[in-house]
Formats: sequence, structure tokens, C-alpha cells
Amino acid sequence: MMSMQRFKSRLAGQSPRLAPALLAAAVMAFAAAVVAPAGPAQAQLQVDITRGFVEPLPIAIADFFGEIPEEQKLGNDIAAVVSANLERSGLFRPVDRGAFIQDASSLRSGPRYGDWRLINAQALVAGNIQLQGDGRMRVQFRLWDVFSEAQMTGLQYTTTPANWRNIAHRISDQIYQRLTGESGYFTTQIVYVAEQGPQNRRIKRLAIMDQDGENHRFLTSGNETVLTPRFSPSTREITYLAFQRSGGREVPRVYLFNLDTGQQEVLGEFPGMTFAPRFSTEGNSVILSMAKDGNTEVYGIDLRTRRQQRLTNHPGIDTSPSYSPDSSQIVFNSDRGGRAQLYVMNSDGSNVRRISQGKGSYYTPVWSPRGDLIAFTRQHAGEFYIGIMRADGSGERMLVRDYNVEAPTWAPNGRVLSYFRTTRADSQGRITSKIFTIDLTGFNERELVTPLDGSDPAWSPLIP
Amino acid sequence: MRFSLVTTFAAAMLLAACSTPSEEASTTSGSGSSGSTTTSSSDTQSGAIPGPAAGTQEELTVEVGDRIFFDYDQYNIRADQRGTVEALAAWLDSNPAATLTVEGHADERGTREYNLALGERRANSVRDYLIALGTNPGRLSVVSFGEERPAVLGSNDSAWAQNRRSAFVVN
Repeated sequence: MMSMQRFKSRLAGQSPRLAPALLAAAVMAFAAAVVAPAGPAQAQLQVDITRGFVEPLPIAIADFFGEIPEEQKLGNDIAAVVSANLERSGLFRPVDRGAFIQDASSLRSGPRYGDWRLINAQALVAGNIQLQGDGRMRVQFRLWDVFSEAQMTGLQYTTTPANWRNIAHRISDQIYQRLTGESGYFTTQIVYVAEQGPQNRRIKRLAIMDQDGENHRFLTSGNETVLTPRFSPSTREITYLAFQRSGGREVPRVYLFNLDTGQQEVLGEFPGMTFAPRFSTEGNSVILSMAKDGNTEVYGIDLRTRRQQRLTNHPGIDTSPSYSPDSSQIVFNSDRGGRAQLYVMNSDGSNVRRISQGKGSYYTPVWSPRGDLIAFTRQHAGEFYIGIMRADGSGERMLVRDYNVEAPTWAPNGRVLSYFRTTRADSQGRITSKIFTIDLTGFNERELVTPLDGSDPAWSPLIP
Repeated sequence: MRFSLVTTFAAAMLLAACSTPSEEASTTSGSGSSGSTTTSSSDTQSGAIPGPAAGTQEELTVEVGDRIFFDYDQYNIRADQRGTVEALAAWLDSNPAATLTVEGHADERGTREYNLALGERRANSVRDYLIALGTNPGRLSVVSFGEERPAVLGSNDSAWAQNRRSAFVVN
């Protein structure tokens, strides 16, 4: 169980708010409280992220203070994770800590702003760690605007020391949100397909990791080929395609994987091949493609009743459906106009209209969690692109171009995309596939390093 | 911390290194056929029996062929491939106990999801034609592997042409 307490301020007293109960096994318990600012000054520091390229904001992140070595170790580790998260976003430049003048100990009684201005830090993060008698750890952090000499935010978390990495991500989210005005995306995971081996004997396994690549684990053994995993809105379930072996044959079908129990189940027994699954926005159904009698249509499958509802009705290929965040519409991929293009329909299947208008083919549309944009894969003149367009098809923009880039997925704040890139195979069938992230503006492309090759990334919603 | 910056330079170099498809075709198709999924029937038969046993995969492969090919992003059966499907229908006629899985495959140019649909279409094109030629639908099943099981290795026009296929597997 998770409980989260918020304090408006020390004076106003507490206004507790209970988050919905979640499956106990995976969710750590912690309590968070706002640490009140020392004075009433209003901080104005903001990162302007509406422009294309942003000069990263210099931010000083001091090691969190601890009295004893165990606390100091946790404090250093948390500061390092926060620093790496903010740096990777491309919006922040952590100041070299070798240049720091004020030490972590004296920061407890507040920053000497002049010391931080001197090293050109515009924002400052500091905190402290206390291991309590009950075995839990108390983590406190504050964010200051160095130039207006004001605290911007402060929070206190109480949890088990083992949760230090999770707390570091939550602190990163708080800092990101306070400085950019948008919600963070660091307390998230990425599920993907780990790959190894040559083209014709490639082993594909489900794997999951934190958004920074840590806490990596494999979910399937590699005996069955798996493709296209996607998170449920609760972040505790994954739907994906697996080629199940039975009696010497392989049958491609849609599966569900429960991250808390490790249990896998087939979504249902359907008359045709099922593939391209995604959860609905509420998580109570899965939309997918089903091929019946040689015709691929989009269906919705109710997860409680397992009843199916046909949503498209056309002799062409209809696949890769993705709900709008308000559930009112579905974007999908169809070759009904000749080549594969993107179409939007109402969620009951009515009012189908084409939204992609460019040359070549368009695939794998996925609606932004903010609702304003649709990301897609485009293929034109022998090359692949990751692009975005508005939901009405206007404002199309390409972010990445390469021999093969594919399958965009959105970070929950709709600001960052992940996708994968595959190289050309050599004559022995050797290929590499790697996962990347990029800012919506097309800047700050980074490789997300995985133990093996990686493909088909899917970004989780924020983990509650 | 576990990320590395990718420069546009590196991406540009990658593009430049990948822009010569035709030259590597000959070497690739040579090694590709050795890596293909076709079983070599002559090796598996002992000298005592002349030719493969009736109704087996080996016989189908030798007498009919075990696959047909498709054009890029197409699933209609090409005129030059119809004869193979017609011979397949005749072979099924003369081997009434045999049942067949028709596989559909795509080349790697396209997304995984779309290629699953495309492979399914290709397999069904063969199934539909077989049924039109008189094959009992109950003897036929279809499966799509999308781009997951290339028969020929490499990333070039020759490999892709051979990977856009429907393969016939005797159950």
C-alpha cells in the first residue's frame, strides 16, 4: 500500500490525500511532505522549453548531507541519479561539483547565494539523509533560485533505504516540474524487446528497466519470439505479441503479462491471428488487429468479459490502433488508400478520416499523452523517419531520419520520445538495434544503453 | 549516466556507409541461400530410395517448390508465381492425406506490425487461390511471421525480393 501525505505548509497543517490502493508487491511505501521555505520571496526562475533549442540551465546539485557513512553514501547516490536525470533531459547542465565553494554540511543552514552565483549556478539543489531508529530513511531536499535568493520547493520523504533510487527519481520529477512548468517523467520504466543473434535466428525477449536503464531485468526466456510490448495505464501490466509454440507450430497471439505476479496469459481464443495490441486509456480494454478470413480489422477486446467489438470495416489492412488520451478517438494505420497511411476514427468506429498526406508510407501512429500530437514512423524514398503531426494531420515534422528507425513511444509528459534504430544487415545477417530518446523539438538524441540489443520500446506512465 | 550522446555526424556517416545496395547483392545472395530455411533433401535421403517419399515436405520442395515471391508491399499473386500455386494444388490433390501450413513473410522494409498484416495477406492470397483451385479449406492453415524469419540474410534488394514470400510447410 502506498500513502502519500502533502503539507501545504508547516503553518497550514496537513491535508492528507490518499492515492488509490495499488498492488502491494511492487509499490514501495513512502510518505512525502513539503519542506517550507525560509522566507516569503517568490522565485521566478523558469526554463523556457517552448523554443526549439534550449541552452541548458546551469544547476548545482550538492551531495545530500548525512552524518554517518551509510547516510553519506545514500546522499551521494541520490544526488548522482538526480544529476544524471536532469542532464539527460537536455534542459539542465549540472555544474561541476569540484567547483563548489559551500559544502553540504553548511548548506543545512541555507545557501550562501554569493558562493553559487560565483560559479554561475542558477539553481541549487541540496538535501540531507537521516536513517531513523525504525530502519527507515528520511530524505529532505530543497531547490533554490540562486539569483532571486528564494526557495522554489522543498520536500521530505520517509521510506526504506532500499527505495533510494525511486526517491531520487521523484526528487528529479519535482525539480523538473518546478523549473519547466511541465510534469517530470523520471519515475517511469521502459519495457522493450531485448535482441541478440543474426537476422534469421534472432532471439527476442521481453525486458524492463527504469527510464535511465537501471534495474534491468528480463521478463521472458527467449524461447518464443515476442514483439511490441505496451504498458497498461496502471503500469503493472503489459500487453504484447508472442509466437507461441504448440505442436511444432508457432502461433502469433496477443498476451498479457502481470508485472506483480509474473503471470502471462493469452488475451483470448480468437478465430484469427491477433497482433498490434494497446491498452485503452482507462485500461479496461485492449485494441488490436485481428485477421479473420484474410482481412485485418481493428477490434476492441473488453478485458473483463473478453468480448470483442469490431471497430473498422474495410477490405484493406487496418492495424496499429492507438487511443486518444480522452478515449474519444482512435488513430490507426490502413492501406485502404493504396499505400499505408494514418487515419483517425471515433472510438465507436464512425467518422473515419485520413490525416497523413505526405509521400511514402506512414505506420505505427501513437497518440501523445497530452492529446495534441501523434507520433509515427514514415517510410519514403528508401529511408525511415520518426515524425510528429497534430491530431488533424497538420504541422507534420520529422525528428529523425535513418536507414531504419521505427516505433515511437511517448514519455508520459508528452515531451520526450523513444524509438529504435536498426542497422543494415551484413552478408552474415549481423545487425544491431538500439533504443534512443529524443526531445520533441528534434534535439538531444541519446542512446539508451541496454545489455543486449533493444527494440520496440514502450514508455510507462508515471509510476504512482 | 548510461546514455551516450549521438552526434548528427555519426548519423550522417552511417547514412553514407549504407548507400550502395546493388554491389553487395551478389555476395549476399550466395551466403544467403546457405542460410535459408529450405531443407536440402538429397542429404537427408539414403542412397537406397530414389527421390523423396510421397506426401512429404521433401517431395513438395523438389517437385513443386516450397515458396512463391511477392512484389514490394503487394499481396496479389504475381503472374510468374501462379504456376507454382497451381502445381501445389495438384500436389495436394495427389496427396490427399497431406495438410499444409501456408506461411506469409515480409522483407524488413516496413514496420513490424504492418509486416505481420502484410504476411497474413500473402498467406491468405495463396490459401484463397488454392481453394479456388479446389483444395479443401480444412487442409489449409495460415500463419504470418511478418519480417521475423528472413530466408535470405542481408539488407539489399536481392535479399528483400526473396524474403517477400509465402512458404508451404507440410504438417
